Amino acid sequence: MKMNGARMMLECLKKEGVDTVFGYPGGTVINLYDALFDFKEIHHILPRHEQAGTHAADGYARATGKVGVVIATSGPGATNTVTGIATAYMDSIPMVIITGQVPTALIGNDAFQEVDIIGITRPCTKHSFLIRDVKDIALTMKKAFYIARSGRPGPVLVDFPKDIQIAQGEFHYPETVEIRAYKPNLSGHPRQVEKAVAMILESRRPVMYVGGGAVLSDAAEPLTALARKLSLPVTTTLMGLGSFPESDELSLGMLGMHGAYCANMAMSNSDLIIAVGARFDDRVTGKLTTFAPHAKIIHIDVDPTSIKKNVRVDLPIVGDVKDVLLKMIKQADKSKEKLPELVAALAPWHTDITAWKEKHPIGYKQSSTIIKPQFVIQKLRELSDDDAIISTDVGQHQMWTAQFFTFNKPRTLLTSGGLGTMGYGLPAAMGAQAAFPKRQVITICGDGGVQMNIQEMATLVQNGLPVKIVILNNNFLGMVRQWQELFFDKRYSSTCMELPIDYIKLADAYGAKGFLATKPGDVESVIKKGLKEKGPVIMEFMIAREEKVLPMVPAGASLNEMVLNA
Amino acid sequence: MQHTLSVIVENDFGVLSRVATLFSGRGFNIDSLSVAPTNEEGLSRMTIVTRGDDQVLEQINKQLNKLIDILKVLDFTDGSAIERELALIKVAAEDDARAEVLRVVDIFRAKIIDVTPKSYTIEATGNPLKIDGILELLRPLGLKEVVRTGAVAIGRGAKGWNG
Ligand SMILES: Cc1ncc(C[n+]2csc(CCOP(=O)(O)OP(=O)(O)O)c2C)c(N)n1
Ligand SMILES: [Mg+2]
Repeated sequence: MKMNGARMMLECLKKEGVDTVFGYPGGTVINLYDALFDFKEIHHILPRHEQAGTHAADGYARATGKVGVVIATSGPGATNTVTGIATAYMDSIPMVIITGQVPTALIGNDAFQEVDIIGITRPCTKHSFLIRDVKDIALTMKKAFYIARSGRPGPVLVDFPKDIQIAQGEFHYPETVEIRAYKPNLSGHPRQVEKAVAMILESRRPVMYVGGGAVLSDAAEPLTALARKLSLPVTTTLMGLGSFPESDELSLGMLGMHGAYCANMAMSNSDLIIAVGARFDDRVTGKLTTFAPHAKIIHIDVDPTSIKKNVRVDLPIVGDVKDVLLKMIKQADKSKEKLPELVAALAPWHTDITAWKEKHPIGYKQSSTIIKPQFVIQKLRELSDDDAIISTDVGQHQMWTAQFFTFNKPRTLLTSGGLGTMGYGLPAAMGAQAAFPKRQVITICGDGGVQMNIQEMATLVQNGLPVKIVILNNNFLGMVRQWQELFFDKRYSSTCMELPIDYIKLADAYGAKGFLATKPGDVESVIKKGLKEKGPVIMEFMIAREEKVLPMVPAGASLNEMVLNA
Repeated sequence: MQHTLSVIVENDFGVLSRVATLFSGRGFNIDSLSVAPTNEEGLSRMTIVTRGDDQVLEQINKQLNKLIDILKVLDFTDGSAIERELALIKVAAEDDARAEVLRVVDIFRAKIIDVTPKSYTIEATGNPLKIDGILELLRPLGLKEVVRTGAVAIGRGAKGWNG
């Protein structure tokens, strides 16, 4: 069938199973938007800023596991997506970004709204394409989606010049795609799997250290099965939360800078760390030279570059996490008779861990006069649905959410881990809600970050997306203030927000509801009222202003040098 | 330690900048880089001379392999390859120095490719160490300009890179 390039692009999206896109129009995508006008199979959501649109596509992808799609015009539209792209790149989120570009004849001439967006985003995309001929649209999009979702997922940018959108051509979508230089190795090597299980059987102080890779490869089930079968304690990174039920006895919670005492102690005393889709980030390892000094390390990851990047590895297994874990379960079953022996041999280790758990559980001092943020998070868990999707912004509230919410299901926490992008929470929740209109979607934000994309209130109201916005208001850029308190003599340089915002009036201005809690007694009723509302809501909690996130491993210290109360 | 990597790449738009961005973004060194098409349609070959310890080299290798356009990375470090470089050298040559330049050229089996009363321009090829050697001998005579291609390398033996 003959059609123009713009229409062809939409046909490609349809072929890839895309039903929702986020985007913002402009001169170099006006043809694409014209085609979209009566293309009923794709639901288009107009955010109020391209950065937010990109985070929304990211939130959509994290919640569903599908590829998120965002459209922006050339120049400023394209540059506005960059923070969103980098956020997705750091957390390996599958996404396709379609940017308009000036007509091919003008590229390189400093034409109106021309930027070299491929050049700008090269270090933060998995790959990128410039479409230079209408004949190339279908194959390019097939490749873009394949690259975005396969192997270690990531964002792929497609630059789409205006003249190619106008040009006419025949549309044929390829059934399969083959990229000779790109063949991710998904299948874990059986010999390595065998060795891994043998190492576990020999170990006496094993820990599974699980990262975002387990969520990305949908490996929660085999992960839980393997841990239970071999009685392995499990700690997760921020990105790994939800891949293993935190309410399980074997769970140690989150590790790292603001991780649980028991998790960091278990890592520091372990004789075998089984890293599953995690990358030994500096926020997790603390000082590298003293990291897990007694442990052998098995590292399972689909991306070979993650292996041996920061730490020595005794047994690398390159492959899709789910595939490797399923193989490990099979392998463990072959040594069934040895399993009771292993479980018995691990008993002293479990006793140690229980002692650490009891010695310094994650906790806080409750107050009867002032709202403690941790209390709000606990109440939210109690009063929200089991399958509620939580997004966070970045700062203290993010860490309190990670510490106190208790995540039991994968893809229920959307948070910017690698890049730590303030402004992520609200638009990511918007993307998740677009994917799951019926589920509870709650974003937990600070008073600083929520203002970085607050304009999306309009998108929520306009599209009937009932996101519940929780603001933990300390009137501070709290996380930075905490560092200033601990390491800079309480010199609060530019971290006090000073001007209080009336968020209840703000909600009203956008046509949403707002509820305010100023004392502990208000917390439950505000959450109940807020969650009951049919539309988007702001729930604002005036919290203890100088509450700190603890425990804390100061930057550069060893994992077992935690500050427990400061 | 210095390593010579031979990288087979798709001749796609932007592949050179992807490699350059990778090296600069991750703080890897490039001592020299040369690129040209190969005998195979659509493929180019880059020779990159880089430095680093084993761990850095392993990362460079893996990170290059991760780029979508890169088909193959060959790491020639263990004498498994023959390396050559070409240099064009303009050297001052007057009076007694003229004979000295000719002697050096002769020893290194280089060629004079341009002559003026005050200078010689020399073409030298060989292992990069040999190029270093000729430059060292010519330096006291007055180097006016030096252009080096950077190393290119090919594996020893009967087999091509892909068999
Ligand atoms: C875009 C961006 N700018 C700056 C930072 C640095 N930063 C990290 S946390 C933080 C404070 C966040 O304050 P708020 O949103 O009020 O959350 P709180 O820590 O108070 O819970 C800042 C400024 C960042 N992560 N992202
Ligand atoms: Mg704050």
